[in-house]
Amino acid sequence: MMVRAVLFMTDLGYATKPADSDARQDDWKDRMKLKADRATLLKALAHVQNVVEKRNTIPILANVLLSVKEGRLTIAATDLEIALIEDVPVEAAQDGSVTAPAATLYEIVRRQPEHAQVELDHPGGDAPLALRAGRYATKLVVLPTDEFPKLDAGKLSHRFSIPAQALRGLIDRTRFAISTEETRYYLNGIYVHAAESDGAAVLRAVATDGHRLARVEEPLPDGAAGMPGVIIPRKTVNEIRKLLEDVTGEIAIALSETRIQFTLDTMRMTSKLIDGTYPDYSKVIPVGNDKILRVDTNDFSNAVARVSAITAERHKPVKLSVARDLLVLSATSPDQGTASEELDGEQVEYSSTPLEIGFQARYLNDVTEQIKGHVEFCFADGAAPTLVRAAGDQSAIFVLMPMRV
Amino acid sequence: MPTLCRDCDAVLIQPGAELSGACPQCGGRRLISHAELGTLAIAHIDCDAFFASVEKRDRPELRDRPVIVGGGTRGVVAACCYVARLSGVRSAMPMFKALKLCPDATVIRPDLSKYGAVAREIRDMMQRLTPLVQPLSIDEAALDLAGTEALHGAPPAAVLSRFARDVETNVGVTVSIGLAANRLRAKLAAERDKPRGFAILGADTAAVLAPEPLGTLPGIGPALVRKLAGLGMTRIGQLAALDPRTARQRLGDDGPSLVARARGEDNRRVNPVRETKSISAETTFAHDITDPVLLGRALWPLCEKLGRRLRAEQFAAAALVLKLKTARFETHTHAVRLTAPTQLPETIFEAAKPIVHQAAGPAFRLIGIGAARLVPANLADHGDLMDQESPRRAARQQAMDTIRAKFGADIIRRGTVE
Repeated sequence: MMVRAVLFMTDLGYATKPADSDARQDDWKDRMKLKADRATLLKALAHVQNVVEKRNTIPILANVLLSVKEGRLTIAATDLEIALIEDVPVEAAQDGSVTAPAATLYEIVRRQPEHAQVELDHPGGDAPLALRAGRYATKLVVLPTDEFPKLDAGKLSHRFSIPAQALRGLIDRTRFAISTEETRYYLNGIYVHAAESDGAAVLRAVATDGHRLARVEEPLPDGAAGMPGVIIPRKTVNEIRKLLEDVTGEIAIALSETRIQFTLDTMRMTSKLIDGTYPDYSKVIPVGNDKILRVDTNDFSNAVARVSAITAERHKPVKLSVARDLLVLSATSPDQGTASEELDGEQVEYSSTPLEIGFQARYLNDVTEQIKGHVEFCFADGAAPTLVRAAGDQSAIFVLMPMRV
Repeated sequence: MPTLCRDCDAVLIQPGAELSGACPQCGGRRLISHAELGTLAIAHIDCDAFFASVEKRDRPELRDRPVIVGGGTRGVVAACCYVARLSGVRSAMPMFKALKLCPDATVIRPDLSKYGAVAREIRDMMQRLTPLVQPLSIDEAALDLAGTEALHGAPPAAVLSRFARDVETNVGVTVSIGLAANRLRAKLAAERDKPRGFAILGADTAAVLAPEPLGTLPGIGPALVRKLAGLGMTRIGQLAALDPRTARQRLGDDGPSLVARARGEDNRRVNPVRETKSISAETTFAHDITDPVLLGRALWPLCEKLGRRLRAEQFAAAALVLKLKTARFETHTHAVRLTAPTQLPETIFEAAKPIVHQAAGPAFRLIGIGAARLVPANLADHGDLMDQESPRRAARQQAMDTIRAKFGADIIRRGTVE
């Protein structure tokens, strides 16, 4: 049954302007009409349709909410955990709102010729949404706007901004370590909090799945001091990272203990946070690992790739045998054979006692991908967690749990 | 035709005439004659009413009384002695039904650790006959005795006959033996002469099986029996007579293999490698339970039991399956992912408890927990960067197991778990 009702929108729901309008849209009108160019519409639809849950069972969650007000269109999508709205300039417009299937709408717009003008026209109620572009015309089934769920951000206690580049760095160097395991749900995200590192205030991002841990720091932005530690869910991290692809400049972040909100250009993403306590990761970061291996990152990761190619089993370790200025990587597979590669004094620096230790190849690669120049391994022994970092860079450290070899 | 005396293990060859009556050597009357008696080497050994027999052995006063091993009024019959079977009691029958059929039966709660010990004793005796022993369940095994004649100085039939008497004398339970050319025939043979039996199926298998009902064949359950009856087949012989192509047409892709089975054909080897089996524990409640807290309380001892079995069998669970049966006999199973393989009751309980709470709602009559994926024990409970607790728990468990082994199972117990 289609129900028509007045749509209320708060600033965290789907207001026309993502800035700070608290106005409620009381002047709901029946007809919604707009005209926009394909490229503008497509970009926004591409962003929001990522958020739409692909296999959802609630029909309205497959839809985007289109609202026109004061000559602007906002497109919104949500999966009940994340809400993304994007503000788009349109040409001719008549205020109103409607919801339509996200994936279909995106596909239709995508397939229009490059410079097409797209017209959307919704007469109101449960009448279909008409889309016209040149000689193309379609009518899409709509769902009532009042069914579209609103993700309320509540009161956000801390606001700060961070350069897009810095946020990308925090995400890229930690997200590979996020756990996917349901039982330890509190590890299913990046833990972001304010901390102190060598006397400097930092914004710290941590992720771990129990086998490896990544800890990355950026200078603490103004306004972030005293913020609660928050666990940003994996999906939110991945979605925000996609949006960051096209963005430069500053990203505004607002957060509370339960919500986080990112504002980038004309987009605003609001997300729930993982409701849990992040474990005290500091005690698993080894201190005093004094056997230091320094090796060229490229040489090392290429050797790991070549040596581990022998075994199709991802869980098989690559063995590192370290002696004075010598590193031998080796792997064995019961079915396929063995492989080894030597890196010597040209590429390797090591002066402690000889040592053998094994790691999963994928874990080594995940870490070295984030390191340029030289990588430093700080070992305690062949069985204890190993600290990895870029030589001369204190901003990121990684901890790897060895495997038995 | 060669004849075996099952009382003195003598193999007698009386050319021309078949021996009947008594053994000329010992006067025993348990004689068995078969043309292939001296050559067949695949055996199936099955303990008779195993749990009940062990209980009767330990309580001789019950020897002539009906005995049912099973749990409470709500459980099922785990085993019943042959006296109880006279009243119609069968394994896996609900207890209330069994007691209706046989109200004067003595009901004994199963003591699986005792049965396990007896089974191991019997298995060790089997292993002395041949290295090719494949345990099929706690009380059943397949043995390949080919090539052992020189070692034992007697053909397999005589070796098996002696084995059966050894088990009776030394362990105190009886076994039934089937001897044939393959595993399927050996199993069918073992079932033909129970209890305390010895049967041989040779080249005559097809003829012997032909008049038997189809349900006799392993792997043909009631549903298939009905389907075959719909096609006009009720006896094994009718199925055996189909040619492979017709079988495929009428019975689908499994048709030819069903026909092969009906003909007693089987090319499975006796594989001494332990089959990866499932390890689980479950309990049926005396009264249906709805309250998730009470379900959790019922779950804890099962987690302890599952952990104990995993440790005893040198396995670890990489995943779990929680089973709940509603008062209306609907079975729900839930897979539970584990962070890492475990043998520890607390870890099992912590993983399963949230699922119990999620599933709570209807009244349940049964709860069970099982290992969904078994991995070697050495992969269990190492912990990781974020789990320093597991190795400590494992050490604690080890200490408890050591104390229990020395002073008995009840000497130490974990406090309340909610």
